Amino acid sequence: MPNDTAALFGTFATFENFGHSLQAPAYRFQPKTTEEIYAVFQLAKKHGLSVGARGAGRSYNDASLNGGGILLDVSAMNQFLEWDPATGQVVCEPGVTIEQLWQKVLPDGWWPPVVSGTMFTTLGGCLSTNIHGKNNFQMGPIGEHVLEFTALLPTGAEVTCSPKKNGDLFYAMISGLGMLGIFTSIKLQMKKMESGALEIHAWPTKTLQGHLNFIEENAPHYDYIVGWLDTINTLGHGQIHAAKYLHAHEDPHAPQNMRLENQHLPNRLFGVMPKSLLHYFMTPFVNNFGWGWVNRAKYLASLRTHTFRQAHAAFHFLLDYVPDWERAAGRGGLIQYQSFLPKETALKAWTEMLTLAKKRGLPSYLGVTKRHRPDKFLLSHGVDGFSLALDFKITERKRAGLAQMLQEYDRIVVEHGGRFYFAKNSETSAETAKAFLGEATLAKYKKLKKRCDPNGLLETDLYRRLFK
Amino acid sequence: MSNPSNSPASNSAQPAPATPLAPRRKALIIGASDGIGAALARQLTQAGYTVAVVARRKDKLDSLCSELNAKGVCALAYPHDVAQFSEVPALLKKIVADLGGLDLAVFMAGVNFPPGGLDQYNFENDRKMIEVNLLGAMAWLNPIAAMFQSAKAGQIVGISSVAGDRGRVGNPGYNTSKAALTTYLEALRNRLTRSGVHVLTVKPGFVKTDMLKAAQGGTPFAIEPAQAAQEIYRAMQKRKQTIYTPALWRWIMLAIQHTPSFIFRKLSF
Repeated sequence: MPNDTAALFGTFATFENFGHSLQAPAYRFQPKTTEEIYAVFQLAKKHGLSVGARGAGRSYNDASLNGGGILLDVSAMNQFLEWDPATGQVVCEPGVTIEQLWQKVLPDGWWPPVVSGTMFTTLGGCLSTNIHGKNNFQMGPIGEHVLEFTALLPTGAEVTCSPKKNGDLFYAMISGLGMLGIFTSIKLQMKKMESGALEIHAWPTKTLQGHLNFIEENAPHYDYIVGWLDTINTLGHGQIHAAKYLHAHEDPHAPQNMRLENQHLPNRLFGVMPKSLLHYFMTPFVNNFGWGWVNRAKYLASLRTHTFRQAHAAFHFLLDYVPDWERAAGRGGLIQYQSFLPKETALKAWTEMLTLAKKRGLPSYLGVTKRHRPDKFLLSHGVDGFSLALDFKITERKRAGLAQMLQEYDRIVVEHGGRFYFAKNSETSAETAKAFLGEATLAKYKKLKKRCDPNGLLETDLYRRLFK
Repeated sequence: MSNPSNSPASNSAQPAPATPLAPRRKALIIGASDGIGAALARQLTQAGYTVAVVARRKDKLDSLCSELNAKGVCALAYPHDVAQFSEVPALLKKIVADLGGLDLAVFMAGVNFPPGGLDQYNFENDRKMIEVNLLGAMAWLNPIAAMFQSAKAGQIVGISSVAGDRGRVGNPGYNTSKAALTTYLEALRNRLTRSGVHVLTVKPGFVKTDMLKAAQGGTPFAIEPAQAAQEIYRAMQKRKQTIYTPALWRWIMLAIQHTPSFIFRKLSF
């Protein structure tokens, strides 16, 4: 621990978000134990600085940035504390990644019940934002599979929470954006698998209405469902993938498929080109014209209804398929705008939003739809409806227009009873957050914040933007 | 040592948050109450920066900030005497926390006390010039360099002067302070380039500020502070190493630097 200010300056480091669209320097500390986290709290108090927590830095906004303050990087707390292959219960430190987790449990026939689109997220981060997967409508967010966790509060108290014990803290710290305390251990229930592969069905869709209806009707019959929309050329051309776990009798290679060597994403394309170079080749196409044709080609390829089998890792971690894909957006980086809308209003809201984007010449290069259900967590993004995630590339020319358009998007989403997810949107204002969360939720969050963190030690750029 | 983090803050409001679509880069200007410093603060806030302005005179800082903050908070004021070296680390830490980071640091503070005649010597004045112009720069830019080097990012701008290019008869103390500052900035540049940190040395000629009153004799090619600020901003963006403002001084100083000593000794400017 640096004692004087000069030594503190030597810990200064630049941090970025996942989209490379925001940089913020902070004093970096990488604790390995609960005691070291407490020592960082003490140091922060001494220097009059705030503390923000960061896992893998995979959120698209400022959720794991704390510009000018201390950033508590939990990625070194990455040990498994217990694993019971008989019950599928695992206890681990907050810096353990989804990658470490599935690789630990799959050989014993288990899989994490909820995973993110990239496997490099940490469980601490996953709990703080309460991530969801393509199975949100079946399994809820990751918080519903947490049996218990321990956390260190800025007061120095260590708390153990479960749905039964300290329930108010349990439902607030999961989804609480790391503002109430720092997770120190997390106990999760894994899901039993009979095969390491999934059976996937693919269908094309022609209209947005058809797309949403299809998802709503078919979701109950599948374990996972996800849609892709061409949001450049059309309003509804797209494709839907739905996946089912395979039973042992359906997969003759079930035991082999659970081995790690059958789950790895290939490192090379066509066996020749290293995929780590691929994003450079994508860059020239990431513009309205080039990506428009990429989308047309993708739609043509998706016109065929078909069924295939894929390993879990290949199906879930699409974002990791091209390493550093997000760099293809170029120097300005990219942002994601994800809105969660009730099933009754989704079509109307998104038709309005996508039409606006087309009119302004600011199309999103990727549109991804999912099916959701509500949950009990305090800062919930769950709705009985759908989500649409849109990726926008930032260029100097488009910056102002995009900012203006996303403000209008926020208004449309709130008017239609929608919600937002705090690991994604970066431009949400404090007023918008208040509008969709409601006064009562905010008051409860602030009351718990006062109880757990009376001196307001825990802060991030996101917290200052939305809640301070 | 006084603790500036406990001193009454003249900043009540929080600056607007930085987002990917409004990145609001963060700048610190030391010596910003008027002249080029104030002009650069205007230039930077117009370009979307949030700036922390440091200067000795609180009234001037407050009036600058109320002007800049008319359309939303983008400037924060920190009264501080550059010669109070021991205050710097704590104040810097507070400024970086208040700004939410630091992308650019500009050392602008400078004083000029001519000795008042070719046969006059005044150690107290020389000492003040070295303390503000050189040691002040070192007190601020050393910890800033340490931060930027560690973060592998950042930009430093130091305002030296054409007066540092040659030792002249009129004002040995000022010439020395600026020559040393130029060398210090060059050394910082050579240290920090390898960490991706950019250092710009600015050598203004005559600029229509309070300091111009200290100039003896004519003040040819004098420019407005706003023009100097604009040229500094452009050079920063282009990541130049050294600029003269106005640019004409590069050629004048080239001639002066290459004037042989047997002639230069006899000149009276």
